[in-house]
Amino acid sequence: MKEKIVVKNLTKIFGNQPGKALEALKKGKSKADILNDHKQVVGVYDVSFDVHEKEIFVLMGLSGSGKSTLERLLNRLHEPTAGEIIIDGKDITKLNTNDLREFRRKHFCGMVFQNFAILPHRTVAENVEFGLELQGVDKDERREKAMKVIEQVGLTGNENSYPSQLSGGMQQRVGLARGLSVDAGIMLMDEAFSALDPLIRRQMQDELLELQDKMQKTIIFVTHDLDEAFRIGDRIAIMKDGRIEQIGTAEEIISKPASDYVRAFVEDMNRAAVLTAGAIMQPTVEIAFPGDGPRTILRKIRKNNLTGILMTDTRRNLKGYIRARELVDYLNKHKEEEKVPFDNSLLHMPSTVTPDKSMTEVMNIYNNTEFGPIAVVDEDNRLQGVIAKGNIISALSQQDDEMIGQDKNEDD
Amino acid sequence: MFPFRIPIKDWVSAAVDYLVSEFGPVFDGFSAFIYFLVNNLKDGMLLMHPIILIVLIAALTWKLAGWQMSIFALVGLLITENIGLWEPFVETLALVLTAEILVMVVGLPLGIYAARSDRFNSIIRPVLDFMQTMPAFVYLIPAVMFFGLGLVPGVVATFVFALPPLIRLTNLGIRQVPHELIEAADAFGATPMQKLLKVQVPVAKPTIMAGVNQSIMLGLSMVVIAAMIGAGGVGTNVLRGIQRLQVGEGFEAGLVVVILAIILDRLTASFGKTKQTG
Repeated sequence: MKEKIVVKNLTKIFGNQPGKALEALKKGKSKADILNDHKQVVGVYDVSFDVHEKEIFVLMGLSGSGKSTLERLLNRLHEPTAGEIIIDGKDITKLNTNDLREFRRKHFCGMVFQNFAILPHRTVAENVEFGLELQGVDKDERREKAMKVIEQVGLTGNENSYPSQLSGGMQQRVGLARGLSVDAGIMLMDEAFSALDPLIRRQMQDELLELQDKMQKTIIFVTHDLDEAFRIGDRIAIMKDGRIEQIGTAEEIISKPASDYVRAFVEDMNRAAVLTAGAIMQPTVEIAFPGDGPRTILRKIRKNNLTGILMTDTRRNLKGYIRARELVDYLNKHKEEEKVPFDNSLLHMPSTVTPDKSMTEVMNIYNNTEFGPIAVVDEDNRLQGVIAKGNIISALSQQDDEMIGQDKNEDD
Repeated sequence: MFPFRIPIKDWVSAAVDYLVSEFGPVFDGFSAFIYFLVNNLKDGMLLMHPIILIVLIAALTWKLAGWQMSIFALVGLLITENIGLWEPFVETLALVLTAEILVMVVGLPLGIYAARSDRFNSIIRPVLDFMQTMPAFVYLIPAVMFFGLGLVPGVVATFVFALPPLIRLTNLGIRQVPHELIEAADAFGATPMQKLLKVQVPVAKPTIMAGVNQSIMLGLSMVVIAAMIGAGGVGTNVLRGIQRLQVGEGFEAGLVVVILAIILDRLTASFGKTKQTG
């Protein structure tokens, strides 16, 4: 994947003696100590990360965690104290004022703010044109572009309204449109939906994802809301005290929190909505094949302490599920026979699910399942893994990954 | 208590004497310029039949401040004409408008600069305090010394007195522009000039217009004081009323000042309202 933004060892210290604070930081002093001893505020310290082209990268943290500061460092609204920011191969920390201005115009869709930051004396259309106007695009051309974007964000008919006549959600659409009207690759969004009420907020998140499908921007989205982060973020960076605690997808962060802080943070998360079947499924310990005789199959089951076993062909196409109890009964019936053939009546079709389904759906399926684990299969019915009751419970109760691993496919 | 006296009065007198003797031609030139402005403005307005100007002002008031104010303006101005104070009224209007134009030419840039530079702001603040609290009469003395008696020192004294609120409120208005709007402009790559003209000044406009309004009101309060050095206008009539104890005449002239003040106040207040509400 192409890296759009590469950030290396980025540090921002607010105050008049950043050098002293930097030294103290290197000696391992905490943010609070530095504020006390040197009266310098550490905004961001030694942060490194990459943002892939066309992904939604979320900076998540509580207030004071440095997430907004970090975002403002990316377009140098804040001057970095140390470190590099490489955007499209260019280190922007080295640009002079004029080059920086040009760079912002070419590479950034401005910024979208929590309080919208649209101009009260301008109409919607005039606000949307703002970025183009600064670049000196002529009047007809910029109006044409603006109208196109206004349509995309669903503001058609309001282009001549003033911001004070619009609701919060509509005003933020103007903010969004203003950014999108500029032909640039990176969109910075700072708590963009945090001032909106929950319903509108959710709607805007959906619309952003929809727009992103079409527009394909690289979006850096700052939020303090974990639900929002997990909902829209391709990857999420969780920040604390000016540092990044963990970067990863929602599933990675939930299933493998990198620190106690992250663990505590994701504790309240509605895990069922975030985790997918793919994240909680386990690899099958043993599989039966159509050529196996009943005794072989029973041996496989016994060896692994299972209550049943899945059967696939050699290309892992799912054939069915064999219950240990039925198999034992069947073998008892045919005790006398030298060679017992496998009877297809032993084979039951288990419930299946694709890896991208959420845990909520998995639980629904589980509730309607009469027997066996849930088989996770891809679109071609090839077996990927299994989900047993134990997997669901431990995933929900947020146990460590290895704990889930210890669970066998005990069910029935 | 002290064996000596700090010779402030000598210093000020010496400084003024020095300026008058060394820069006389400069003051003369400036004086001619002001005279030219006020007189042209006045003559232009007097060229029209009073009714035409009255209707024009009433129409302007209608457009900017609503029909109620328009009727007030119409009636007020007709009364002015009726009691024979039309010419002094126009003189006063010309004087106040000229002073206000100068105030805007000087005050807006200074206010903007004060908003951009904390250093300049900290320098100009005590100066503005001084200008506003020094009794207005005191300005008359140097004004007369520099520009002689008459209209020009009246404009200058009015200017000095009316300047501070515009600088203050321009400064305040621009400083109060929400930080996010500035960040937004920067994020989109605005030059400092674009930021000023497209964001800061328009957003600060209501506050700046309040400053214009305040300085016009202060200018009007100088009308009578300026008349003491022969600036002319309705102030002269008020002054005459005081000197001769003619209560009726004094009241009439005072009434005209009030009418002018209310019309100018409502007109300039309406500039401050932004389009968004209408």
